[in-house]
Amino acid sequence: MGHHELHVTVNGASRTLPCEPDAPLLDVLRHDLGLSGPRFGCGLGLCGACFVLIDGQARSSCDFPAWAAEGRQVTTVEGLLDGETLHAVQQAFIDEQAAQCGYCTSGMVMTAVALLRGNPSPSEREAREALDGNLCRCGAHRRIVSAVLKAASQGHASQEAGQAAG
Amino acid sequence: MSTPPELPPDLPVTLAANPVLAGWLDFTEPGVVTISSGKVEYGQGVWTALAQVAAEELDVSLERVRVAPVSTATSPDEGITSGSRSIEESGSALRQACAQAREVFLAAAADALGAGARALGVADGEITTDAGGTGLTYWSLAGPGLLDRLAGDPRPAKQPGRWSVAGRSAPRLDIPDKVTGRPRFLHDLVLPGMRYGRVVRPPAPAASLAGLDDPGLPGDVVTVRDGSFLGVVAAADRAALAAAASLARAARWQVSDSLPDERDLKTFLLSSPAQAVTVHERHDEQAAASVTRTLTAEFTRPFLAHASMAPSCAIARWDGAGVTVWSHTQGPFALRAAIAAGLGLEPGQVTVNHVEGAGAYGHNGADDVALDAVLLARAVPGHPVRVLWSREDEMSWAPLGSAMLARLTAGLDASGRIASWRQDVWSNGFIGRPATGGEPRLLALSHLAGAQPMSPAQDGPPTGAMGSTRNAVPGYDIGDLVVTRHRLLVMPIRTSSLRSLGAFLNVFAIESFMDELAAEAGMDPVDFRLAHLTDPRARRVVERAAELSGWARRPGDDDGVGYGIGYARYKGLAGYCAAVARVEAGTDVRVTHIWLAADVGRVINPDGVINQVEGGAVQSASWALRERVSFDRARITSLSWDTYPILRFTEVPQVEVAIVDAPGQRETGAGEVAQGPVAGAIGNAVADAVGVRVRDLPLTREQVARAIEES
Repeated sequence: MGHHELHVTVNGASRTLPCEPDAPLLDVLRHDLGLSGPRFGCGLGLCGACFVLIDGQARSSCDFPAWAAEGRQVTTVEGLLDGETLHAVQQAFIDEQAAQCGYCTSGMVMTAVALLRGNPSPSEREAREALDGNLCRCGAHRRIVSAVLKAASQGHASQEAGQAAG
Repeated sequence: MSTPPELPPDLPVTLAANPVLAGWLDFTEPGVVTISSGKVEYGQGVWTALAQVAAEELDVSLERVRVAPVSTATSPDEGITSGSRSIEESGSALRQACAQAREVFLAAAADALGAGARALGVADGEITTDAGGTGLTYWSLAGPGLLDRLAGDPRPAKQPGRWSVAGRSAPRLDIPDKVTGRPRFLHDLVLPGMRYGRVVRPPAPAASLAGLDDPGLPGDVVTVRDGSFLGVVAAADRAALAAAASLARAARWQVSDSLPDERDLKTFLLSSPAQAVTVHERHDEQAAASVTRTLTAEFTRPFLAHASMAPSCAIARWDGAGVTVWSHTQGPFALRAAIAAGLGLEPGQVTVNHVEGAGAYGHNGADDVALDAVLLARAVPGHPVRVLWSREDEMSWAPLGSAMLARLTAGLDASGRIASWRQDVWSNGFIGRPATGGEPRLLALSHLAGAQPMSPAQDGPPTGAMGSTRNAVPGYDIGDLVVTRHRLLVMPIRTSSLRSLGAFLNVFAIESFMDELAAEAGMDPVDFRLAHLTDPRARRVVERAAELSGWARRPGDDDGVGYGIGYARYKGLAGYCAAVARVEAGTDVRVTHIWLAADVGRVINPDGVINQVEGGAVQSASWALRERVSFDRARITSLSWDTYPILRFTEVPQVEVAIVDAPGQRETGAGEVAQGPVAGAIGNAVADAVGVRVRDLPLTREQVARAIEES
């Protein structure tokens, strides 16, 4: 299998990586870059555990070919941290204890970040609709929605202003 | 687990089985208390609660407590992390171990100070007198061997009224890692020299490998074939995946139809060979003779999948002495025993290290993939081999929760009281974990050359707490009551433990039937239940759930809207829970609200309990409304989230949980109390909304339409 070079910006850093033509972006993030935040759940883009931001849009990385990320900005849950400081959405997930097993959490956080960038004060209905592509098997939904609304109410947008667009 | 004879009686069971105090507590790291439990964390928050128990009893701050990863090499054997028993078992053991360790430290301090131990106290790990700190701490006193002693007579533990750490909501220790994406799950673990394995499973449960063409694999890929067990090991996971795909194309299988007719599970359940045992029998001829009206009905559930968010994963490494396994199993010691028995090793040659996986709701593929890793790693000694199942493998090869049928017959007397009740339950067994009954019960063992098929799952002793008849004995005051279990003696679809075992269907059936009986008696469902409940704790949760939901003020004739209640005491002897559901039945059944009241005895971490109860309620709603494993005559066909849908964010109800405080009562666990009551509440709310009883789960549009047609 021939490799080619992939040029992609991940969490603000430019990367040039050897890339198998059919490798999913998730594999590149996890295996080549050692980022454990995006997680494999189904491989078909149906569960949301692998969600990342690609040019600011939350989407699955398990069914997104790495070559298609050429020249794009990719943000994983790790990239939301500002040094040791948590992103408002991450902090809200802790404040609301919005997880049980937490395997799906990074994907949920990415969906929430993308939602709040486009809609800084969503209604509960809008938050639920935004999260509909993320599955939670443990039943932490109420807490997750509360965390998203809490992050919104705490001026998520103003914090975002200081950070590079993902 | 067995108890040495010299130990005092009345010690907590798992402490008696692991009686050396040093096995539970370690003070080596200055300022840190490291506790060991045999119970594993899988998102239920048990480690946080256990840390609270230890902090409370030792008088140290919660921040000082760390929980050691569970390993068969170092941890106390506390059996399986299942049955909502972790706080009751490990919490009791740790509490007692800590209380005794604290005394040991106080005695050592008294020696050092020349004072009486009774005059001493502890403040955040420092020994104190009336005059204040002494400079002595747990860590300065913890010389080698200080806790290498057997547990003594049980000491009185701190009363909940004096608690300052336990009994209050504490943030979970594991959540910060999970919101930042730090490696925490087994799936994230990368070991030096690690290789990647993949298994090519047969295309059906009844399939054998008839031949293998040359798959043309790269030279550095190792192929493992033993009977119908087929797998590869490669340097990278993508290479292993590609090699496994080539191998799958090269494999020729002989496939037989072996599965029942999915559209006629009743016939499968009722006509398969079965073993009938009475699990409860109380005859009351006077009560039976007073029956004036008799109702009978049958309730069913389909096969249900664990459908964990992550496919199962394991790592194994062989060396000269044996094999080390990293697994997210719920039973590290049972897995060790099963691997050893399956491969003819001594248990001492197998070490199982637990690493957290995604949420587990019973016996999923975690143990099976561990043996897969062991078998593949044997081909590359010295290298850790990581094996990850595919989503499809997880959905089709992990054990399932059995399809069930419950047939209920009850008689009312002239006053509208239940005088007589018969309940018969048909199901495959729910007890099929590794090493059950001395049989390893690991998937790959049934694929190796010369393998015997796995025997049908067991169901445990004939009681209303066990297996398919869990909660099949109604918790109501009924004079004449007989409950019978019919455990299937064939197992075309592999079954084992799934959260709450038989309680999900049994409580759905009992609570549905209670509403039918209430209607026959002309009584309100809540009043009818209270009329058959004398246990004050039971009454309290029913009353509390009714109150939370505004039961008495609910709209009576709202078109398409219904309310229903469900109640059970889990296993008949653990936590009490009542639920009220509100549904809207239009083109589809939508549960909008669930209100729950739970009494789980004294509570260590209230928010942890609420999290477990609300999570249980949502999962139960998903089972009740959506879930059904589908299959043709050869194989499981619900292999993805498209074909095995679960409730999504826009479909999940609002959930409100009230803990009914019972500080004087023993802890009972909270993870499974909601499963049955929520199913009952939803079933009753649907009947209230559409005017027709739907007795076959899941309560999909099609099932509701069928029930309306048949009514």
